[in-house]
Parts: sequence; C-alpha cells; structure tokens
Amino acid sequence: MARSKKTAAQEALHALPFEKPIDDIRSRLQELEELAEQTSQDLSEEIRFYRDRLERVTREVYANLTPWDRVQVARHPDRPLTSDFIESCCEDWIELHGDGCFADDRAIVTGLATVDGVRMMLVGHRKGRETKERMACNFGSAHPEGYRKALRKMGLAGRMGLPILCLVNTPGAYPGVGAEERGQARAIAENIHEMFGIPVPIVAVILGEGGSGGALGIAVADRVGMMENAWYSVISPEGCASILWHSADGRERAAEALQLTAGPLFRLGIVDQVIPEPPGGAHRDPDGALAALKDQVLAWFEELLPLPADRLIADRRRKFRTMAASLDTLASAMDPARTGREPTPPVPEPGAEAARRPLPSAEKPPGGA
Amino acid sequence: MAWRLKRKRKDMPSGLWSKCSACGSMIYTKELLANLSVCPNCDFHHTVDGRRRIEITADPGTFVEYFTELRPSDRLGFVDKIPYSEKLAKAQQKTGNADACLAGTAEIGGVPVVLAVLDFSFMGGSMGEVVGEKIARATELAGERGLPLVIFSASGGARMHEGAISLMQMAKTCSALSVFREGGGFSISVMTNPTTGGVTASFASVCDILIGEPGALIGFAGPRVIQNTIRQELPEGFQRAEFLLEKGQIDRIVPRHRMREELGVILRYARPQAEAEAAARN
Ligand SMILES: [Zn+2]
Repeated sequence: MARSKKTAAQEALHALPFEKPIDDIRSRLQELEELAEQTSQDLSEEIRFYRDRLERVTREVYANLTPWDRVQVARHPDRPLTSDFIESCCEDWIELHGDGCFADDRAIVTGLATVDGVRMMLVGHRKGRETKERMACNFGSAHPEGYRKALRKMGLAGRMGLPILCLVNTPGAYPGVGAEERGQARAIAENIHEMFGIPVPIVAVILGEGGSGGALGIAVADRVGMMENAWYSVISPEGCASILWHSADGRERAAEALQLTAGPLFRLGIVDQVIPEPPGGAHRDPDGALAALKDQVLAWFEELLPLPADRLIADRRRKFRTMAASLDTLASAMDPARTGREPTPPVPEPGAEAARRPLPSAEKPPGGA
Repeated sequence: MAWRLKRKRKDMPSGLWSKCSACGSMIYTKELLANLSVCPNCDFHHTVDGRRRIEITADPGTFVEYFTELRPSDRLGFVDKIPYSEKLAKAQQKTGNADACLAGTAEIGGVPVVLAVLDFSFMGGSMGEVVGEKIARATELAGERGLPLVIFSASGGARMHEGAISLMQMAKTCSALSVFREGGGFSISVMTNPTTGGVTASFASVCDILIGEPGALIGFAGPRVIQNTIRQELPEGFQRAEFLLEKGQIDRIVPRHRMREELGVILRYARPQAEAEAAARN
C-alpha cells in the first residue's frame, strides 16, 4: 500500500500516547539509518541493536495494552478499512448500490467481489479515510437504508448461491431524526432476524469498531472473527461512561468494565477466532493485517461452502441461540430437538411468594420491598 | 440503551393523591389505578410494572408463570457506582422478581397464548442474559404448544452491565423468532412507554403485528442521545407511538382500556391451534 511509507512527522501526528517508547526507538533508528546512508559509516551494529530493541519494545507495549488503548488502536486513522480490503485483497470488485427504496447509504458498501478466485458478496461498513470521504460515509454510522441495502444484497447472494463476507467497522448506527423516522431499530431488527434464514455461508469479521446493534445488524454469521485490536460491545466506552457517570471522562473505566476486547469475547464464545495483527498493530502493517484476515476468511469459506443450506441455517440459529450462555442457563436449556419436552414447571423460591402476591395497590410505598 | 434517564420520573407515586408527570394534575390515586394508570385528565399512559401488566392484560386467573428458575449473575464483574450483583439484589428485593422479564401461559380474551412481559421497574426493563433467554424460551414454548406469542415491552434496551453478552440477546431472541415464524407461529409485539435500544432493535420489531400504546416513546436511540448528536430541537411528538404510526413503522395504536379486548379479536384471526401445530411439525 502506498500509504505505508510515511515520514516521521506524519507518523508522530497519529501516534497514540502509549506508543511513545516505540516511536522514540523508531526515530533513533531512522536517524542512524540516514546517518549511515549519508556518511557511509558502518553503523550496522548499532542499527541491528535498535532494530531488535524496536521489535522487543513493540511486543512488550502491545502485550500490555489496556482495553482503552485497544479502542484507540481500533480507531487509528491508518488502520485498514473495508475499502483497503477491497483495494488490496479483491481481484474483482463490482459495487452494487442502494436499498431499492430510499437511498444509497455510503456508510455501508455492498458488492460482488472475488478473493483468491472465490466469488462472494461483500458487505462492509465504510468509514472513509480523508475528511471529505469520512463525512460522506458519516464516519461509518449507517442509517436504516444502509441496513436495508445490506439485507437486500445478502438476499441476492442467497439466491445466487454466493457466500457473504461482512466487514464490521462502526461506532454504532446513526442516532438522528431521519434515522428514527425511517425505522432504524426496525431495520436492524429485520437484518438480525432475516440473516438467520439466508441459505449461504456468512462470515463476519470485526475489523475495528463493533458498536452495538449497528455492528450486529451485519454480524449474524456462521463464523465471527475479530481482529486482535478491535472492540465489540453493547455500547461505546464513551456512551457507557456518559450514562453511568454522566461524563465521557470515565471512558477508560468503561472500556475496562465492558470487556469489549477480543480476548474476553473469545473466551465467552462470542467470537470464534481472534485474527492476529502484526507487531505494533494493524496500522503499522496494513497489508500484513489484511493478509491474515483474508487467509482466515478463505479458510472459513472452504469449511462452510460444502455444507447444505438447511445445515448452515440450523447451525447458525443454534450458535446464536446458545451463544455466551452461562452454565446455569445451559444446564437448564431446552433440548435442541425440542420435541415432546415437558415445560419447566414454576419453581417456588425465595421471593417468588412475594412476586405472586396481589399487585401493588395504592397503599404500597414507592419502590417498597 | 439509556434506561437510567427514564427512571428519574416517578410515574406512579403512591399515597392518597398522585401527581400526573405528564400534565401535572393531582389525581386521587385509587381513581388512577382503577383507570389502569391512565391519567383521566390528559390520557397519558403511565408505565405499569410487569405484574400489573399481566393482571390487566391476561384474563383473570389464567396466567401461569414459567422459567422462574432463571436467575441473572454478574459474569463480567461489572461495577458502576455499586457492583452489578448488588444492583441485581436491590432490584430483586424491590420487585420480587428475579429479572426484568415475566413469561408464561395465559388467556387473553379467551384465547390461550404465551405471554411475555418486560418489567420496567426492574433496572428499566433492560435486557441481559435472563431477559433474552426468557423471551427465547417463551417463543419456543409457543412453538411447541402451537400458541400465539404476545410480548409486551417496556425497556431502555440492552443492559450495559452484561456487555457483549447482552448485545447477543438481540440475536438470540431473533433466532428463536425465526424458528417460530418458520413453524407457522404468530406473534404480536406491544410496545409501551418506553421501548428503546436493543429491545426495539430486536424481538420487539420482528413480530407479525406491531402495536403501540398511546403516547409511548418508541425508538432506537434515546432522545437525549439524538439531541446531543444533532444539536437541534427534536420535532414535536418525535418517537411517540403516533409519530411511528404516521411514519408507517407500527401497525396500530391501542389504548390500554381496549388492549385485552382488541388482542382477543386479533388473536382469533390467527390460525387454530391444531393447524398451527401441524404447520410446526412439517
Ligand atoms: Zn395527566
């Protein structure tokens, strides 16, 4: 990618606070390399020393990122986007616009793509890189027409027998007047519901930000991958902090509490695979990150493509029906066959007595126990 | 997902007299309760808790509660001002319920149904694992029995304290509903004040018939979030049930006094039980 060659000044502009030790070594290394070039001095010993050190420190820093650090990595302006995947991983790309009803939402891009000879329908949030493009894409926050466009194209893929790749990268669905008027909630709900009936393999990868329903609206998939430094949760750390503590200051704390990084989500079974990023994060080596993503997606399609449609649909429904279930819930869960099962009888328990008493009357104190 | 914002308003003060939070008039509390918590002066439909909702909706004595063994837990160790586990204990003590959803079998207007109700008095009716599981199981129970499914929502959305687990309840409930619909099931969603966030953006919006109570706030984002984003005054009546009806987003508005009767009428249009069972078997 052309943009991977950057001047030190440009890089410093986008440097994340915790990356300072890495950046310091990198600029020292750069100085040495320039010096070696200009003076034809033999500095190979020093250069090797700083290269090793750069690698070690990068690994150390990235092994100890806090959840909030990762949120910042996920939002890094140089992080690979859906458009980069299209540009560098797709041999063929035919964009298909519009929801066939209201508009062409640029926050979600859809089209026919070929990756290593595999034809697919690509659906992805589009954030844009330059300011103008970012604004046109509404920074990756889709309106209802974006979700309807995605569903329409996924339905088409179902009829064409093409597998679907969904690349998720959104801070959340757009909260605005027009979005509400045109049924934002309903559009997302219908996507989630209808994706359970699409008869072709669906793979979703959380590329950067997985903000709430706006992410899930294109993430009901047979396999869900997550880039190592992406985040995925019910609300953004800022949103969580503003509701719980009425300020955005608590975002570090909120990021911690929400457990929104790949590790905990993998342990909960919400994501099937954490896709490793190159040392120093995907923004340091976008091509390396995209190659890892591509390999995982193709491996999953190879696994899923031979499966018959009814099996895919049944497995997808079961996957999300039992996803992240606690042991208690699983233990008492219904048999998947669900035939001839006796219903769970109401079990008396502490509190249940009170629960079944006659309903609150005028005499009951507010919120009284 | 901003259930906290709504909780400040004490909708149902007790004592001899109640003040309507919508029009400010003082009403004799017994009169307000007898009027199903609808203000006799301005017709505002005040939020009622889950038990009361069942009482005024199901035919008397027909509700049999299921799935009471499901109890929530603090799986992420989430602390806001107090630990989530303490918050749960307080809400359980206050409401006498394990979580924010009550589900079971009932009759409405003489028609047997599976009824699930979100309880706004329990952490703003927010959806965590137990709420999602109960909605899914209620849906499956309706499928097994060949009964229509009726869901009443009153919720600020997904429950933050369960992080991505609560987000996945949106998918879980829709998974169960997609199986139910394929098996010939019929469902009605009634959205009451307020129904927002991950609840509106999942099971509450994918039922076969969508009904709103008069004046109910129904939407994806909360009004405050929208206002903070667009920094403009919101239009009059924005996100109210009447607004949604006008925009083509819901099928009907049904006043509380007519709810039981109208649901009964609609439910009698659903195919007979034996037929639905046959469809479910195929
Ligand atoms: Zn009033």
